[in-house]
Amino acid sequence: MFELFDQLFVNLKHAVVGALPEGWRGLASPLISAAAILGVFASLFALTVLVERKGLGRIQNRPGPNRVGPAGLLQPLADFIKALTKEDIVPVSADKVLHFLAPVVMLAPVLLAYAVLPFGRNMVAVDFDAGLLFFFAAGACVELAVFMAGWSSHNKFSLLGAMRAIAQMISYELPLILATLGVVMLVGSLSLEDIVDSQAGHHWGWLARWWVFTPWGLAAFVIFLIAATAESNRAPFDLPEGEAELVAGHLVEYSGFKYAIFFIAEYLGLFAVSALAITLFLGGWHAPVAGLDWLPSWFWFGVKLAGFIVFFIWVRGTLPRVRVDHLMGFAWKFLLPLVLWNLVVAAVWWYSRGWAFAGAGILRWVGCAAMILIPYSLLGRALYTRHGLGPRTYRLVA
Amino acid sequence: MLGSGIVKGFVETARNFVGSFHDPERLVTIEYPDERQELPENSRNFPMLVYDGDDPMKGLRCVACKICEKECPPQCIYIEVERDAKGKALKHPRIFDLDISVCMSCQICVEVCPFDAIKMDTAFELSTDNRFGGLLLNKHQLAKPNSYYRAIHPLEAAEVDERLAAEQAKAAAKAKAAAAKAPAPAAVNAVAT
Repeated sequence: MFELFDQLFVNLKHAVVGALPEGWRGLASPLISAAAILGVFASLFALTVLVERKGLGRIQNRPGPNRVGPAGLLQPLADFIKALTKEDIVPVSADKVLHFLAPVVMLAPVLLAYAVLPFGRNMVAVDFDAGLLFFFAAGACVELAVFMAGWSSHNKFSLLGAMRAIAQMISYELPLILATLGVVMLVGSLSLEDIVDSQAGHHWGWLARWWVFTPWGLAAFVIFLIAATAESNRAPFDLPEGEAELVAGHLVEYSGFKYAIFFIAEYLGLFAVSALAITLFLGGWHAPVAGLDWLPSWFWFGVKLAGFIVFFIWVRGTLPRVRVDHLMGFAWKFLLPLVLWNLVVAAVWWYSRGWAFAGAGILRWVGCAAMILIPYSLLGRALYTRHGLGPRTYRLVA
Repeated sequence: MLGSGIVKGFVETARNFVGSFHDPERLVTIEYPDERQELPENSRNFPMLVYDGDDPMKGLRCVACKICEKECPPQCIYIEVERDAKGKALKHPRIFDLDISVCMSCQICVEVCPFDAIKMDTAFELSTDNRFGGLLLNKHQLAKPNSYYRAIHPLEAAEVDERLAAEQAKAAAKAKAAAAKAPAPAAVNAVAT
């Protein structure tokens, strides 16, 4: 029974591919995977937009959209029709080819990145040895698309927004990738399948052996989350489209469905980095405790992804947008040293795995945690007081 | 430690989120077309003409004195007096037009009116597809019964009603006194006989 549900989609795909004539199978297999990924995550996008609007409303003590359909459930459909039927305006002075290509270049690499993500047991479109590398390589194309959009619009606001986006994305790519390196170091593989497999098994017979339960893993996870928020241009790091100063950044001159594609790509990128965070730190499709692994693997992946989406909505509803200099200072002065130090802690964790004396497990955990917390606290305090990362007070000068 | 403020913020928004589901005090939105907020006593939008009795045109308190027309800062009121066949003014407006696209809701017309004839209305759903005719209200559209005035501005209307009643009683007493004075000898005779 478990096998049936767990492998439901895998078997379904095999059945469809098996029913096709011999020559078509090689082509059909990746196409079916791509269609499934596109269908599932595009619907998830629609759902997320609704949940986000409702959730943000509740956070601000408003009811949120509730006019279209029962309790506003058909709002995504209305938004879709609106985006589709809106006039597509291209500025006269815009570079028409680049202006048209930018949304495509934005969406395509994001979809490519999904190819290497394991969504469940045996549920990965391409089991790629260098999956993690591929993921970041594909993700880096987004920067190109953003700059294409900003440049081709021939508008000072969009260009400034694109410049900001590039600066932000390159700055945060470093902590993002370095945070994943600890896992790569300990697993010894770039394949996401291997990374998920390395987190199988349980501590003390019940708690899953996820990397997030190690001190360096927790630190890397938090840094990864912060950097991922910045990478996907989410609040509080949504400066590239800061309405107050840049109208909508690189999206100023986009309307109608091109704008919708940017929007979709942004959300799909968010889901992709969330899925990567799940894969690297939260055990992929493994259940959190031993007693719950009778539920299908894809179910656990979905639950974790939903958790991430809710968390990102919560972040958006809570934190105000940061200032540009704070944004850069935070990445280069704070996250980067910490994440580099975290690699050292990961190495200490690795070399202390053989400790066998009494209380070794606790000492190892507490020692590594202290190795992270003390520099975090000291660095935080130093930057907070001396280098202007803290809150600013304004005084009237008589 | 660095980051504690962020945790505090998360707690606050979580409290908002949960609270908005079970605490109606938090969810302050009034979903307008379905629900309506009760307008405060002093709310006002555009002027209206108050009439007494059942017939809007006969009961108009307005005597077409044109004070409001002269005082109106944006000059949105236009009045013509009703005249009889001989050209004598009839203390009644033949035309009373008010352009609400010009009116600025200052209430000066209300303050200068000696007859309590023009008062501020609270109706605000005045959108129309005709921006000229639709926003130029004539006396038929402006006439509202006194009962309506009492409903929208209870305190103010009570004061006005009291004052008008007192004036009327005074006028009636005066008329009675005058009537009593004129046929006085006859009455005396009647008593005598």
